[in-house]
Amino acid sequence: MRLEACNLTVSIGGKTVCRDLSFAVQPGQCWGVLGQNGAGKSTLLRTLAGLYAPDAGEVRCGEAAISAMPRRDLAQQLGVLLQNEGGEFWGTVQDYVLLGRFPHRRALFGYSAEDEAIAQQALAAMELTALAQRPLNQLSGGERQRASIAQLLAQQAHCLLLDEPLQHLDLRHQAQVMKLLSGLQERAVLMVLHDLLWAQRNCDHLLLLFPDGRALTGPAAELLTREHLETLYQCRLREVAVEGERCFLPGV
Amino acid sequence: MNPRWLFLSLLFAAALSVGGALVSGALPLALGDVWQGLLGQGEAVQVVRELRLPRVLAAFACGGLLSLAGVLLQSLLRNPLADPYILGVSGGAAVGALAAMLLGAGLLAEQGTSLGGALLAILVVFGLGFRHGERNLYRLLLTGVVLSAGCGALVSLLLTLAQAEQVKGMLFWLMGDLSQPQGLGAAWLVLFAVSVAATLAAGGLDVLAGGRDKAAALGLAVGRWQAALYFAAALLTVAALQLGGSIGFVGLLVPHAIRLLGVTAHRWLIPCAVLLGGSFLVLADMLARTLWSPLQLPVGIFTALLGVPVLLWLLGRRA
Repeated sequence: MRLEACNLTVSIGGKTVCRDLSFAVQPGQCWGVLGQNGAGKSTLLRTLAGLYAPDAGEVRCGEAAISAMPRRDLAQQLGVLLQNEGGEFWGTVQDYVLLGRFPHRRALFGYSAEDEAIAQQALAAMELTALAQRPLNQLSGGERQRASIAQLLAQQAHCLLLDEPLQHLDLRHQAQVMKLLSGLQERAVLMVLHDLLWAQRNCDHLLLLFPDGRALTGPAAELLTREHLETLYQCRLREVAVEGERCFLPGV
Repeated sequence: MNPRWLFLSLLFAAALSVGGALVSGALPLALGDVWQGLLGQGEAVQVVRELRLPRVLAAFACGGLLSLAGVLLQSLLRNPLADPYILGVSGGAAVGALAAMLLGAGLLAEQGTSLGGALLAILVVFGLGFRHGERNLYRLLLTGVVLSAGCGALVSLLLTLAQAEQVKGMLFWLMGDLSQPQGLGAAWLVLFAVSVAATLAAGGLDVLAGGRDKAAALGLAVGRWQAALYFAAALLTVAALQLGGSIGFVGLLVPHAIRLLGVTAHRWLIPCAVLLGGSFLVLADMLARTLWSPLQLPVGIFTALLGVPVLLWLLGRRA
């Protein structure tokens, strides 16, 4: 199922995030969103998730406009990893991950054995099985982030929107999460990233959000150049190659 | 703690507290006398059926209502300090009740004005707090706190204006007192209906506790849920206020006590909180009417005196 932005104009607090932006994330594609702090990456992602209203245009999930879909139907198709959840969850890690099954829940009371099994798989995939019975608010930042990703995996949505999926994660877990996300079959994935290395390794398409509200979309190979990135981040960059892999380092 | 065991223990505790409260009083009765009295036989029929049973039922319902309101408001406001009175409902009711007492109006008028005051407060807070959609819970919380402060000032004014002999009745209302419960049948109906509805909606309440955007992303119609929670909590609080005035501490303490015992999923939290709140208030009220018998004390004193050490102990144990 594809996720499509149609002539989207988004602004927040008087600042234009994007104007008349159109693009489509096809199943099997992985898009990276790059931009400076405050460029509106999270706002755009929230708009794509139907959590923030655009000034104009619409977002389509499959064939339907998401604003016209019941919330529950949308949540069965589209999963979101938020950067900041702002909740006060008192339960265990397992309870938290199980919430990912909420959109699919059929029972009136509690969750089915199948839901529990899916949550267990997601916990195992994020190496959280040993922490499953711990209260969520006792976890470290990185462990919490992995719990959020596990919850998203448990949701089994066709379209995935991730806001900085690698925040707080150590190198091993960064690699693990990226490998897991690129191993998902037939999913339309869009993620906000700051690490250009992962953008280069894992994203086939990019969306660059420039500070002035301009946006550029296209294949990653075309957009990931020093010229584009220097304009994007408004700083000088140095390009080096390490064993054939391009790296961009902040210049002085 | 295993939630099933906690639920069963609390069920047992509820039976125990109700039995204990029926037995004890100014006229101590044997368990057999109470049983006979409940069946309409023996000498204790009047004491048991007309005095103690209504009061015990009122105490239990009141405790259950307040605890459930606490659970719902803590979920709505995502604030662990939320209690049934945080949104100004009790402030409005207090101004209404005390104004009627000052004017020397009868009990019926007092019930009417306190109900009117509570409903007015509910509408003001909802009207202002939800005015710009459900986006900002701080607005709702702040509106409630500001309204409560205003009502507090009016209550002080009414207390100052009152005659010396009226003040005692007013203080009893403010501290919570179960000696003149009103609307017992309606209160039990509200308690039963909202408990069942909230338990069935427990999955949604769990999701809502994870944050507004998260809940929306998981398929919850957040705005509608927030409005429903607000009105359900207000309804519970109004029913409790009619039964026993503003009894403090139950709505804050009971949900946290259950959570500190390790039960956080709403499908267990809700029934456990209702049972614990009911038993707790039955116990507190039993102490209030027997400890200095025949003198009867406001039950609100005992909810705090019993509740504070228990909660401090639970908090300390966790740390």
